[in-house]
Amino acid sequence: MEPFALEVEDLSASYRKNTVLHDINVKVRTGSLVGIIGPNGAGKSTFLKTILELHPALTGKVRFFGKPLKEVKKRIGYVPQRGSVDWDFPTDALDVVTMGLYGKIGLFKRPGRKDVEKAMEALRKVGMEAYAKRQISQLSGGQQQRVFLARALVQEADMYFMDEPLAGVDAATEKAIMTILEELKQAGKTVLVVHHDLQTVEDYFDHVLFLNKTIIAYGKTADTFTEKNIVKAYGGKIFWTKGEEARVVHSPF
Amino acid sequence: MTYTAWIILTACLVGITCGLIGVFLILRKTAMMADAISHTVLLGIVIAFLITREVSGPAMLIGGIAAGLLTAFLVQSLHALNVQQDAAIGIVFTTLFAIGVILISTSVGNVHLDVQHALMGEITFIPWNTVTLPVLGTIPQATLMLMIVLLIVLIFLTAFYKEWKITTFDPSLAASLGIPVMLMHYVFMSLVSITTVASFDAVGAIMVVAMLITPAASSYLWTDRLIVMLILSPLFGVLAAILGYMIAAWLDTSISGSMAFATGIIFLISFLFAPKHGLLFRKMYRTE
Repeated sequence: MEPFALEVEDLSASYRKNTVLHDINVKVRTGSLVGIIGPNGAGKSTFLKTILELHPALTGKVRFFGKPLKEVKKRIGYVPQRGSVDWDFPTDALDVVTMGLYGKIGLFKRPGRKDVEKAMEALRKVGMEAYAKRQISQLSGGQQQRVFLARALVQEADMYFMDEPLAGVDAATEKAIMTILEELKQAGKTVLVVHHDLQTVEDYFDHVLFLNKTIIAYGKTADTFTEKNIVKAYGGKIFWTKGEEARVVHSPF
Repeated sequence: MTYTAWIILTACLVGITCGLIGVFLILRKTAMMADAISHTVLLGIVIAFLITREVSGPAMLIGGIAAGLLTAFLVQSLHALNVQQDAAIGIVFTTLFAIGVILISTSVGNVHLDVQHALMGEITFIPWNTVTLPVLGTIPQATLMLMIVLLIVLIFLTAFYKEWKITTFDPSLAASLGIPVMLMHYVFMSLVSITTVASFDAVGAIMVVAMLITPAASSYLWTDRLIVMLILSPLFGVLAAILGYMIAAWLDTSISGSMAFATGIIFLISFLFAPKHGLLFRKMYRTE
């Protein structure tokens, strides 16, 4: 396995004429579980979309396992934000998970029994097999997120990009998702997760990437998740608690 | 076949083809694009006529596709330049339609094409304009064109069924899996265009929108499954066609107008009485 799952060089991107990302340079080691954090509007989602070529880049070079995206597409899984799709779409949970296999099934072919079994297996892994035939709008937010995760799991990718998988989910779902992400990491996969909750960063991720239009800091959580970097990334006043101790970071301005 | 039978068959073909395409129009949230394309194909048809000097099926289809793609492309481009999507649609289609209207009233003049006809269709004339084919015998030109278009639509929808589904539900995921989302969009817009062109003679630019959107929107209220929607929506289209013809015969009024009116009735009934998503059921469900 290549030492670096992701190498980004000099990446920049704009959104509606504003430059939202500039001078992005980062190398992510294979097997890392990375939390991407930063304030609202810092360009976290755009960052994921740009490296996956779902959003046009202005400049830059991105390599996955040392290769351009085109050659390794099948090794990469993407979990968009839950809110990015219309959950009133007429389909059930099992069908949504099966969609993760569409790239592999190929043109003109229908998903076969094996594909459906695979999708069912993924639903089981996220604890959703009882809801396989449930219309997707009838699922709770947490359940919808689990379905999205199951859809990524069936892809059997080597690297995953997840956009806010823990946003607005219940505690049980959060725990279930983190257990699976941990398992993916143990299996040698690389996982990058856009995350919003500073309180859980140290528990969940072994690497942390501070993003605010550009990379503020990147490295092992133990060394990088510091007050100094948080202030640098968030700029303003930020408050969060960790166990008994409460910390307040005051704005440098 | 009798005169009436041809008219009903033609109307049913419109109902089926529009019903199928309409499902994806609704689910892709591009119903407004149907409205736009139904007007801009007029320009395509006029230009096809100016080039070939005849009102022939293939030339009209090609002209229609070109106009539809041009519409989709211009809307996409304006949107990329920060014009709101709905505003972009409004600007593009009225402008292209206006060019079509000007061309008709200046250089095409007295032939088969006129604005009234383009907008309202004239299904009563369809049985007079026939072609003779080896197997099918003598058949109205418009009916033949609809048969061909229905076949094309069926082939595209079944061959790429899972691609339509995924690009409709989650285009980001589709793109990340390597499915050409943009190409699919333009192919779909081409299908909308040929459906519109083929339905033009029968129902005209305004009524075709009713046939494209209303049966599909009605079917959405009856089911939670895409495949069922794809069966129900053409059925509603056929029902509207037959019901519309009966209303028109009874009141001695415009056939295309009556058909569009019938789609509205079907929608109203669905909206009130459909299980699960109907108004009454939801009310009952809430009070229980």
